[in-house]
Amino acid sequence: MSDRRVVVTGLGAVTPLGLDVTSTWQALLAGRSGVSEIGSFDASPLAVRIAAEIPSFDPEDWMGRRAARHLDRYAQLFWASTKQALDHAGLALDEDDPEAQRAGVALGSGIGGIMSFQESMDTMRQRGHDRVSPYAIPRIISNMGAGVVSIDFNLLGPNVCSVTACAASANALGDAAEIIKRGDADVMAAGGAEAAVCEFAVTGFMQSRALSTRNDDPTGASRPFDRDRDGFVMGEGAATLILENLEHALARGAAIHAELVGYGMSGDGYHMTLPRPGGAGAARAMENALRSAKLEAADIDYVNAHGTSTQANDSTETAAIRIVFGDHADLVPVSSTKSMTGHLLGGAGALESIVCILAIRDGVVPPTINYETPDPECDLDYVPNEARQVRVRRAMTNSFGFGGHNVALVFTGV
Amino acid sequence: MERPDIEKKLVELLVDELGIESESITMDATFEEDLDVDSLGVVELLMALEDTFGVKIPDEEAEAISTVGEAVDLVMQKLGG
Repeated sequence: MSDRRVVVTGLGAVTPLGLDVTSTWQALLAGRSGVSEIGSFDASPLAVRIAAEIPSFDPEDWMGRRAARHLDRYAQLFWASTKQALDHAGLALDEDDPEAQRAGVALGSGIGGIMSFQESMDTMRQRGHDRVSPYAIPRIISNMGAGVVSIDFNLLGPNVCSVTACAASANALGDAAEIIKRGDADVMAAGGAEAAVCEFAVTGFMQSRALSTRNDDPTGASRPFDRDRDGFVMGEGAATLILENLEHALARGAAIHAELVGYGMSGDGYHMTLPRPGGAGAARAMENALRSAKLEAADIDYVNAHGTSTQANDSTETAAIRIVFGDHADLVPVSSTKSMTGHLLGGAGALESIVCILAIRDGVVPPTINYETPDPECDLDYVPNEARQVRVRRAMTNSFGFGGHNVALVFTGV
Repeated sequence: MERPDIEKKLVELLVDELGIESESITMDATFEEDLDVDSLGVVELLMALEDTFGVKIPDEEAEAISTVGEAVDLVMQKLGG
């Protein structure tokens, strides 16, 4: 086992609540919902007409027109969050800098360029095969966000992508940390991105009966752990963390915001979209994360829940937390920021890791908004509706993906 | 359609569709070196030319084009000008 430690030296995010980390964090602490009627396409024929969209992201503000038009929105968002994170970390690498070869990128995305997929299919069906763009495939593939970030920021080390659905960016962070620990890189830009608020993807999730249909109350639609929850709300966005070998960070005098100490995984082994009843699968991921962090459950001061606002997830995750935390489950604050951001799918784990780090930094945990009616099967302290001042030394975040990909990460202050 | 019209239209396509800076576009400019349009970009441009001018440009003829002026020539020829 390596004793190399992995710290966080940069944060970046583009979310429905803001175009950077600071504005997103302020909105989360204020309990503001980013959910509204879908504006990017005509959703009027659908049973689901709400989502958490980014209101005003213009890719040309970030990367110039020529680069932007070859990228799907998910990759544009990841580009922007990664640029922010690298700037925050004070890292700018030249192609011939030897450091560049020790810096890599790990992206997580659930479904990659699905907007471009939809557009290309429309073009092919309506205008013929010879009208399909030569950039269609590079735009669509889920890894291109990592590829283009590697190209544009000279990250010449490991260049990888995980596609474990809603756990994708949690896996990206954990795997990036392992890459650093085993010595294959000193720096990893790790995070996730999703931009799936398009007709096809909304329809697909809608048909799987996963989404809230509370169209007449968009800001109240994502209500994790509330008895009257009726599904998740799709969100879009990206988040990037700069992970760095501790010694490397110290040597260059970088500001250190947290340490990534725990990474645990499990396979639910139960169903394509439903969690294993009773929460044993999710619990094993949390237990594995604690073991890798060499911590006890009672050491955790805050849990950022997966908390999707589906009936099945929220009761199962509650049961899983009870398995792992025992008596401490009644004491630890657990909140779901998806109540405000919607569900960023592959981007969720990275954004919620940033939430954990800022909770540690600022001694405050964001609330679960729209919590009105308790559910007997969801009986933890969900930090209802108001942010709370609380000392957070160590925080855990959970991410569970379709396919039974369970991931938990643990961060500590430094 | 006269040659200057085609030139003007082609420059518009390069700016609007490929995102190239208009000041860098001359008739002598080569796609690959001067305008940094890679092989995928050339395919994209040809599709735009076909759509804009209502012509059909086979791949083997397209491959012979290296400058902006040559693309104008090819469109002229296809339009029977």
